[in-house]
Amino acid sequence: MDMVNVTIDGRKLQVPKSATVLTAAKASGIKVPSLCYHPELRPEGACRVCVVEVEGAKSLVASCVYPVNEGMVVHTNTPAVREARKMIVELLLANHPQDCLSCQRSTNCELQDMAADLGIRKVRFDGEKKNLPLDCNNPALVRDPNKCILCGRCIKACSDRQGVDVYSFAKRGFDTTVTPAFDVGLELSPCTYCGQCASVCPTAAIVEKDDTQAVWDAISDPSKHVIVQTAPATRVALGEALGMNSGNIVTGKMVSSLRRLGFDKVFDTDFTADLTILEEGHELLHRLQTGGQLPMITSCSPGWVNFIEITYPDLLPHLSTAKSPQQMFGALAKTYYAEKTGIDPKNIVSVSIMPCTAKKAEAVRPEFAHNGVQDVDFVLTTRELARMIKEAGIDFAAIPAEEYDAPFGIATGAGVIFGSSGGVMEAALRTVVEVLTGKELESIDFKAVRGLTGIKEAALQVGDLTVKVAVANTLSNARLIMDKIRAGEADYHFIEIMACPGGCIGGGGQPVPVCEETRLNRIAAIYECDESSQIRKSHENPAVKELYDTWLGKPLGEKSHHLLHTHYRAQVRC
Amino acid sequence: METKETQGCCCGGNKDRFAKVDEILAHYKGVKGALIPVLQEAQNAYGFLPKDIISRIAQTLKIPVSQVYGVVTFYSQFHLNPRGRNIIRVCQGTACHVRGAKAVLKALEDELRIAPGQTTTDERFTLETVACLGACGLAPVLMINDDTHGRLTPETVCKLLDRYQ
Repeated sequence: MDMVNVTIDGRKLQVPKSATVLTAAKASGIKVPSLCYHPELRPEGACRVCVVEVEGAKSLVASCVYPVNEGMVVHTNTPAVREARKMIVELLLANHPQDCLSCQRSTNCELQDMAADLGIRKVRFDGEKKNLPLDCNNPALVRDPNKCILCGRCIKACSDRQGVDVYSFAKRGFDTTVTPAFDVGLELSPCTYCGQCASVCPTAAIVEKDDTQAVWDAISDPSKHVIVQTAPATRVALGEALGMNSGNIVTGKMVSSLRRLGFDKVFDTDFTADLTILEEGHELLHRLQTGGQLPMITSCSPGWVNFIEITYPDLLPHLSTAKSPQQMFGALAKTYYAEKTGIDPKNIVSVSIMPCTAKKAEAVRPEFAHNGVQDVDFVLTTRELARMIKEAGIDFAAIPAEEYDAPFGIATGAGVIFGSSGGVMEAALRTVVEVLTGKELESIDFKAVRGLTGIKEAALQVGDLTVKVAVANTLSNARLIMDKIRAGEADYHFIEIMACPGGCIGGGGQPVPVCEETRLNRIAAIYECDESSQIRKSHENPAVKELYDTWLGKPLGEKSHHLLHTHYRAQVRC
Repeated sequence: METKETQGCCCGGNKDRFAKVDEILAHYKGVKGALIPVLQEAQNAYGFLPKDIISRIAQTLKIPVSQVYGVVTFYSQFHLNPRGRNIIRVCQGTACHVRGAKAVLKALEDELRIAPGQTTTDERFTLETVACLGACGLAPVLMINDDTHGRLTPETVCKLLDRYQ
């Protein structure tokens, strides 16, 4: 790598030629305050908060977009720099709604943090405020353009990371907004509700739709039996929103907190993840053996399902008909569980804790209802659960761990790895290979499909058949795979696609901020959960076996077909 | 009189409708930086830029429709709504402001019952404001189409309208 010599704040450094002043400073431990800059997105240079003094330059420069040069001398902490920075933030605040105390992102807002870091004690300017309507006609996300600071991060998350291109800057000057084409609501745009925009938004301009009050109401209604399921990826991220470092496994604390909040039963989505493997695994076997549509693609990521329904409806027959673990749980909650406990399904409220904003939209799909009741009544993101835990006054650091309730609390390591990109593939292979060959696998770790790489491919010999698989995370990578299938160039048998970077651990409903390091820590925690599990193959889950033996019959059987499988339709948005 | 909403929808409709824009797009096939000239020519052909035409342009040029919308709304030369047969441009520059341009504009708003940027339902007039017409000696001044009218009062301005059908 070509290196150049620079001096930053008197320290002589060798930095890559491709560095910007900001990244060079950061690598040497100097933090330049910044707002619109995001380490994983193309720099915009919009907010100018990251200005620094470069000797010889005519004016202060925005360090996030200013390339380093041989011999450059930079000062990041001079009176002129501090004054300019402060002024820029004050001007942003002048147009910003002054409702921090009651804002959804309060104490977790980059603008608020910046104002605090820079010691702004008084907003000297009273600027014009925007008075634009909220975009809240969808089940997943709420956009408040009045809180937007025009950093452009959501535009890039949606276009570069997801390849969906919902947002753009529109109009100009004071009237500039970030909006879908024609100023429509997200429900009329190609939005998949993945929530990646919300996870990079520095303020509360894009947030998850808050459903906590509805859940509180259900919990306090004595006529309701309120049960909750927790998705695999929530247990390795919830702690971050409650003062812990990333990568902490807080499964037991989450369970005890949910009981303390007042849920009647605390169950694990990992259980229905195991069930998904049995249904989806057998669907794959069926397709392989009967010449069905291949490659088969996973269907557990609702952002991904929305994407294919909106963008590639011609390829829907490739999608597994298996419902997602959340919806399998919902279907069982209001049938099997209701029957077993003798509770009227109308009085069961089924809540799920998800790392995902798109799950909120999945839960309200009309096909996921029976006799006028939705299978899943409310979906809370990891962030919302953290808020409820705070509201209830639970000391999360001190609360002792507890176990899930039976029977839907019994799960395997194969279920938990659903939370990470490659996990569904690995869990499926652990089951499919053993069912196909009738022999026990020597090693159940399929490491080739793990990790953050955008597209991972693997081939493995199963009897006479070389099974080719691919795993993609983020929708821009999904697009590459779909274009390959459309062109007839994909000879895979099975493909796993997750809408978010790194899979559900990087979901749009997870604690923010998030960066690659956070994601890697969460992934490591997920595989730690797997390795410490007593049972690590879905088909060996005793509760799943019992469910089939006593009630469901067999995978792909009639009852399964009715309860655990679904269908898809093209979505036309305009 | 009421304002007209944006016409057209991207969900289908008449195919012949796209003949003109397709011809323009064909002319710019493979040309870099074609977006703005295509939008200008399409606006000339259709009078304004309806949603379905914008979507067609975005699709053909392989530019996200959100970005095309961003460009259309950035430049004041592009219009998302139908334009009137007669365009009234009322100067709001300093000299005109001092000599009562606000009252002139208000008189037109009341007479036509539209706000600046809007078009009457009969598509006879579009009312716009401009920062300066460079005719400060005639302040307060406005233009209707290519005609300049100066030294206006709220009373005289409304009488001008009869000449433009």
